[in-house]
Amino acid sequence: MSATGIGAAVRRKEDLRFITGKGKYTDDVVRPGETRAVFVRSPHAHAKINSIDVSAARKMPGVVDVLTGKDLATDKIGNLICGWMIHSKDGTPMKMAPHPALAADKVCHVGDAVAVVIAETQAQARDAAEKVKVDYQVMPAVVDPGKAKSGPQIHDVAPKNTIYEWSLGDAKAVDAAFALAKHVTKLDIVNNRLVPNAIEPRVALAEYDAGTDQLTLWNTTQNPHVSRLVIAAFVGMAPEHKLRVIAPDVGGGFGSKIFIYPEEVVCLWAARKVGRPVKWTADRSESFVTDAHGRDHVTHAELALDASGKMLAMRVKTIANLGAYMSTFSSSVPTYLYATLLSGQYDIPQIYCEVDAVYTNTVPVDAYRGAGRPEATFVVERLVEVAARQMDIDPADLRKRNFIKSFPHQTPVIMAYDAGDYNASLKKALELADVKGFNKRKRDAARDGKLRGLGYSTYIEACGIAPSQAVGSLGCGVGLWESAEVRVNPTGSVEVLTGTHAHGQGHETTFAQLVSERLGIPFENVSIVHGDTDKVQFGMGTYGSRSGAVGMSAIVKALDKIEAKAKKVAAHMLEAAEGDIEFKDGKFTVAGTDKSAAWGDVSLNAYIAHKFAGQELEPGLKETSFYDPTNFTFPAGCHICEVEVDRDTGKTEIVNWTAVDDFGTVINPMIVEGQVHGGIAQGIGQALLEGAVYDKDGQLVTGSLMDYCMPHAHDLPSFQVGLTETKSPSNPLGIKGCGEAGAIAAPAAVINAITDAIGNEELGMPATAQTVWAALKRGQPRQAA
Amino acid sequence: MYNFTFHRPTTVRQAAGLLARNPEAKLLAGGHSLLPVMKLRLANPSALIDLSLVEGLSGVEQKGRSIVIGAMTRHADAANSPVLQQVLPGLASVPASIGDPQVRNRGTIGGSIANNDPNADYPAACLGLGATIITNKRRIAADDFFTGMFSTALEEGEIIAKVSFPIAKKAAYEKFKHPASGFALVGVFVSKRGADIRVAVTGAGASGVFRVKSFEEALKKRFAAKSLEGMTIPASGMNSDIHASAEYRAHLVGVLARRALVKATA
Ligand SMILES: Cc1cc2nc3c(=O)[nH]c(=O)nc-3n(C[C@H](O)[C@H](O)[C@H](O)COP(=O)(O)OP(=O)(O)OC[C@H]3O[C@@H](n4cnc5c(N)ncnc54)[C@H](O)[C@@H]3O)c2cc1C
Repeated sequence: MSATGIGAAVRRKEDLRFITGKGKYTDDVVRPGETRAVFVRSPHAHAKINSIDVSAARKMPGVVDVLTGKDLATDKIGNLICGWMIHSKDGTPMKMAPHPALAADKVCHVGDAVAVVIAETQAQARDAAEKVKVDYQVMPAVVDPGKAKSGPQIHDVAPKNTIYEWSLGDAKAVDAAFALAKHVTKLDIVNNRLVPNAIEPRVALAEYDAGTDQLTLWNTTQNPHVSRLVIAAFVGMAPEHKLRVIAPDVGGGFGSKIFIYPEEVVCLWAARKVGRPVKWTADRSESFVTDAHGRDHVTHAELALDASGKMLAMRVKTIANLGAYMSTFSSSVPTYLYATLLSGQYDIPQIYCEVDAVYTNTVPVDAYRGAGRPEATFVVERLVEVAARQMDIDPADLRKRNFIKSFPHQTPVIMAYDAGDYNASLKKALELADVKGFNKRKRDAARDGKLRGLGYSTYIEACGIAPSQAVGSLGCGVGLWESAEVRVNPTGSVEVLTGTHAHGQGHETTFAQLVSERLGIPFENVSIVHGDTDKVQFGMGTYGSRSGAVGMSAIVKALDKIEAKAKKVAAHMLEAAEGDIEFKDGKFTVAGTDKSAAWGDVSLNAYIAHKFAGQELEPGLKETSFYDPTNFTFPAGCHICEVEVDRDTGKTEIVNWTAVDDFGTVINPMIVEGQVHGGIAQGIGQALLEGAVYDKDGQLVTGSLMDYCMPHAHDLPSFQVGLTETKSPSNPLGIKGCGEAGAIAAPAAVINAITDAIGNEELGMPATAQTVWAALKRGQPRQAA
Repeated sequence: MYNFTFHRPTTVRQAAGLLARNPEAKLLAGGHSLLPVMKLRLANPSALIDLSLVEGLSGVEQKGRSIVIGAMTRHADAANSPVLQQVLPGLASVPASIGDPQVRNRGTIGGSIANNDPNADYPAACLGLGATIITNKRRIAADDFFTGMFSTALEEGEIIAKVSFPIAKKAAYEKFKHPASGFALVGVFVSKRGADIRVAVTGAGASGVFRVKSFEEALKKRFAAKSLEGMTIPASGMNSDIHASAEYRAHLVGVLARRALVKATA
């Protein structure tokens, strides 16, 4: 292994600029003549718009224009869309309600935009926005997914606020298996709604060049090409080739910056209308009520086992809250990213899952770190842990008895797991966490009045999203391959243009490691280019832990072509047959001789083209590849959480955390560890601290960081992390992906640990001190079998 | 924020004069309560009168049997004051528990008690030690100063100059932090100075900081956690919100009082 190649813990190239304040984020981009946009947003969760009076606002100092939903409709700007078609059990398509970028007739959640003020300065725009008079006729609202079907109807197209009633699996076979079961564990689960809170709020800056009829959008997006495609083809803003989308440095996304949002559409439209650049920068309060939220499931789940603890079948019924409108990929999250993972790491012969997706008067819900898979893992890992406790079987043992041991393994819920060793990660985690010593630690803690508990989460996820044909057959509107272009310069340095996008992941480092390893050239001589539709060929962006497994595989394919072409050039230079050229450590050698050419000589010769005729070989050294994976990848592992609960206050302290993950090939262990840490922090956040709360009128009560608790360093223990490795057979590098694992694994481990400590399985998330104290006080025994 | 005029007086007298001339004006201390509400456009003062250049308003001093803290003393400076840590460590622990380093480096004792946030820490210390609030006009006993959520006995144009705390032999503060904001979900300050026994609670009461007479009575026999064993206070009159029910807050008052006593008598 070289110092900068695959497997090396190379320091991140991009950090120098990030930690010295030299990053260039969307808000740092300033265009000549730039104006500022401030949105007028609904204070009501559900209301009819009787009228909007913008006359006073127009007269305010510095105002350039004030636009409403009516203007948007007049200009025939199209609605936002959800790009994944889901059909209900009865075959009917999902009920996608119109989602205009500015509401014209009615508002459906607090924060829904009804007008925009464009002014010379931010302060002037804000002052004028306060003068826009909106006459609302307030209507009753519904926020609770469990009550959505009987609540006031939000959209004409969706009776009973139902978007779809979907199912997966064989209900009859599951019923039959349950009938034979010796033990059934039943759980009611709420997967709490989360607010993403990337450090950088969303920003959109749009500019129109009347000379070329070209629109440019600088935007905090995780996938600039998809954004351009949707805004061109569905919103109809401009033809695709007349729209350029640039995602400069982006400060965190966690899914929330995948989606196409109203604000970027409005800025583009307004920029053309006012003939000047228009910039909108969200403030934190706006982020809370406009960034797509995550999770929000209400679930009833049952697991059937035989007398020996062998799992027979699982039955799950979930109501998923998609909020007021269907966000870009919202429909896929509680279906194909959720129910397909309900088999966990276990050999479960039959699984049946029903999912009802509903509208409510809340912020739209879409993918958030893990997207569907944390919800699935929580269901599976809670069921397994509780079943073990009820049957008086050691929870690790019950897991072992049911682990899938041979691969490939076809689950009853679509996924075909291709590689894994679940025993290996469990075994290593048991050792690292010193589970053997737990009972002693528990007794010691009891002497200090503390209740100590241990919880497991042996999770699985489907990453490397995704084989295009497969997702196409499931309703996805796009392909999920990835692209790469490798440009070798005459001097031998390399630029890689990738269709993925980094917003914290460190692609500038890991992708350069791959190139350095493959071409034997210094890591410093490689640049990664992403995030600009004018520079980079079409690509699908970054989410679903796909950039390594799919994005880097595309780079590998392009590098294969580069190597083949370079060998041809070298053959001409060395006057040898192409088949005799060997390439190793950045050097081309004629097999069995000492004749060789260095990388830089070959790249130069490719461009000066003095050694070969253009008819035989094209000059240049640049190759492109579009890589479509053959399967999802299946990262998996075991997390063990150990807690101490303060009996008097209910406060939980996480005292130990062990994570052993199988991510396949690891390119940079330091970056992988960082991803694991961040993921666990978010998972602990969900389990202990975070939860969006709406009151019955649809006001977001947790609308600021003073009320919505993001995890702080002091809330977290030091993590003990380890790796096991089985390579993914579904991509050339054997990578599985690591970006979401922590957030997927952690919540179940925490809740399993606390419920172990307090002896009561009825515990909601976030398990705040008050929640745990109340559970202790109720003191209900574990649910009877 | 809306526009406002910014004044920087150098004496209390000048500041008082500016206040008298600008009825819509606000004093500005550390700005960590006032500026956030202005940024959210929930407050709209016509002018800010910044106290940071006014001389003689900050510092911690021992004066006889009292500790005197200037109104503009930052939380971090109070927390790190050697004299305070030595003679009244229970009080030093109060500013040390506030917010995060940024808040502690800017926020002041004067701003904190003038604001009288129902979840703020200093009010519990003032009431729990029987402090005296000294303004440009008069001296106000802590028992008379805090008159309800976000309200105090301060009159128009009145400026807090300093706060005088009697040095109690035994004193301690126990705080259960709100996980998001760091404010006190409940905080209990206990002290004993001769026959004067005080138990003051912040965060819990629906009308701000209050004393728990039943606990104080029980502690008269013996100033120790044991004296409060099994004791709670009624949930009625407690604050209730998404973070903590009235019942939970009432429960925490008992738990934290006992823990504070353990500290105070250690
Ligand atoms: C993130 C965050 C966390 C926090 N956590 C805590 C916490 O854990 N515990 C806690 O107790 N507090 C907390 N605070 C509040 C913090 O302590 C404030 O600094 C304090 O409440 C107000 O003091 P200030 O000096 O900032 O006052 P300012 O914000 O400047 O002023 C507050 C009010 O007091 C008035 N005022 C200021 N000085 C005087 C004076 N000398 N005489 C008369 N009136 C005056 C002002 O006019 C204004 O109305 C937190 C604040 C933030 C932003």
